[in-house]
Amino acid sequence: MKRREFVLAAAALAALPEARATDDALRAAIRAWAGRDPEAGALKIEIAELVENGNAVPVRIAASEPVSGLALFTPLNPEPEVVHASFGAAVARPEFSTRMRLARSQRIVAVARAADGRCWQAGMDVIVTLAACVEP
Amino acid sequence: MATRAVITLPVAIKAGEPFEVRATVAHAMETGYRSGDDGARLARDLVRRFECRLDGELVFAADLFAAISANPYLSFWLRANKPAELSFSWRGDNGFSHDETRRLNVA
Repeated sequence: MKRREFVLAAAALAALPEARATDDALRAAIRAWAGRDPEAGALKIEIAELVENGNAVPVRIAASEPVSGLALFTPLNPEPEVVHASFGAAVARPEFSTRMRLARSQRIVAVARAADGRCWQAGMDVIVTLAACVEP
Repeated sequence: MATRAVITLPVAIKAGEPFEVRATVAHAMETGYRSGDDGARLARDLVRRFECRLDGELVFAADLFAAISANPYLSFWLRANKPAELSFSWRGDNGFSHDETRRLNVA
């Protein structure tokens, strides 16, 4: 019985901390930008599913309705934030494009914030064969 | 060293019609996670903020982080009803600062 408890505890210790830390950091970063936890929703994330070079990956985020801001987050880069964009009245379409770094294969998360306070998020899996030079 | 920026705008813009703005500035976006040839860590040096103003009114802004590629590129869609001035500004670490303005030919 004791041995079993030890094995379970050791497995939990070995498996949990890293995954939880990145998830927590990701959630904290999203909450810091959006003000609260977004619900799941529709957002278009255009990015290559299979990326050969993680140093400059073109990505486009588009919402289907007017938004006041769009942001992009990654769970497995050294930092969760990628870009926070905010839109003024003269913006014609709720979308923007940029080029990002990807340290490894992961599920990137886009978050939208509407002027009335609603926010929602969507994710997209990306496979990276050559990672960006962000490892220490 | 003079900073170079490339801004792409349509030659002719119709009043009220959406047009795409693309802006890139030359910058290494050093993450602070890389080591140089001598093994020493390269200090973080990022462009932190991009702003685009239409006749002085803020229309698009972006906070950039280490996960944005070198020579940060942003594209977005605007709408203008009359000829206007579009100004761009980039601000970053170590006092990095670059500004550009473009005249919009709205017909």
